[in-house]
Amino acid sequence: MARSAGLTRDLLLKIELLSDPKWLYVVRGAVERLAETVGFAAAECRSVVRAVDEALTNVMRHCYCGRIDQPIELSFRLLGRHSKAGRNKGLEILLCDRGPAVDKSKLHPRTSSELRPGGLGLQFIREAMDSVGYKRVGHTNRLRLVKYLPSEKP
Amino acid sequence: MQISIRRVDNATIVDVSGDIDLASSPEVRKALLHEVRDNRKPRVVMNLTAVRYIDSSGVASLVEGLKASRDIGSRFILVGLNGPAREVLQLSRLLKVFEIYDTELEALAARV
Repeated sequence: MARSAGLTRDLLLKIELLSDPKWLYVVRGAVERLAETVGFAAAECRSVVRAVDEALTNVMRHCYCGRIDQPIELSFRLLGRHSKAGRNKGLEILLCDRGPAVDKSKLHPRTSSELRPGGLGLQFIREAMDSVGYKRVGHTNRLRLVKYLPSEKP
Repeated sequence: MQISIRRVDNATIVDVSGDIDLASSPEVRKALLHEVRDNRKPRVVMNLTAVRYIDSSGVASLVEGLKASRDIGSRFILVGLNGPAREVLQLSRLLKVFEIYDTELEALAARV
């Protein structure tokens, strides 16, 4: 368990998989159950599943360019924060891959409802999560997604 | 994901079941474009009643089908848009772009 200034991060689940799209189905199942266990409502569970699925898809397509034998690591942590506003619980999802560095200028979702294929994945991710962050750490791309549960007032 | 094709009068019904994601959307895309462009049916109906999940690549396939049908002047219709699929199209702001009916009967009977 990691603790820092009132913030806790407890590991819930770690998944290592290869970049084969056939595993998306399996991961979706696990993420749905995990989100439900953490306490998200049904609609929020669906949006968490969607965000993780789209993020994985982006790695498979754009980072690994369709190769099905590359490593991806997902970890899920329960965030806990105590403040005057109340106790805030959240789910942190870290998605790591060993592909080339991501061009940050391509991390912007489409802004209109233009009729064109593609460009929706990032939109789904940003609409589902409270926080989306990307960092390059050594040879690893690290995407951090966070979604909070409603605050528990003291 | 399972996909099958039926012919009803002058229309093609594409029945899709299961999850449409990166693993299966290429197959959906290929089937759709084949029916629209190669078979040139005036009406292609996508039956999504049994679709449990659809991701952005699946939506992209539907959009490609719609664009291809517009290019040749045919109709591309969605039927049985249930909870998960409807939710995703709503998030994509594409619900109003497609011609959508609740049942196959309505889709086949619909006039321009």
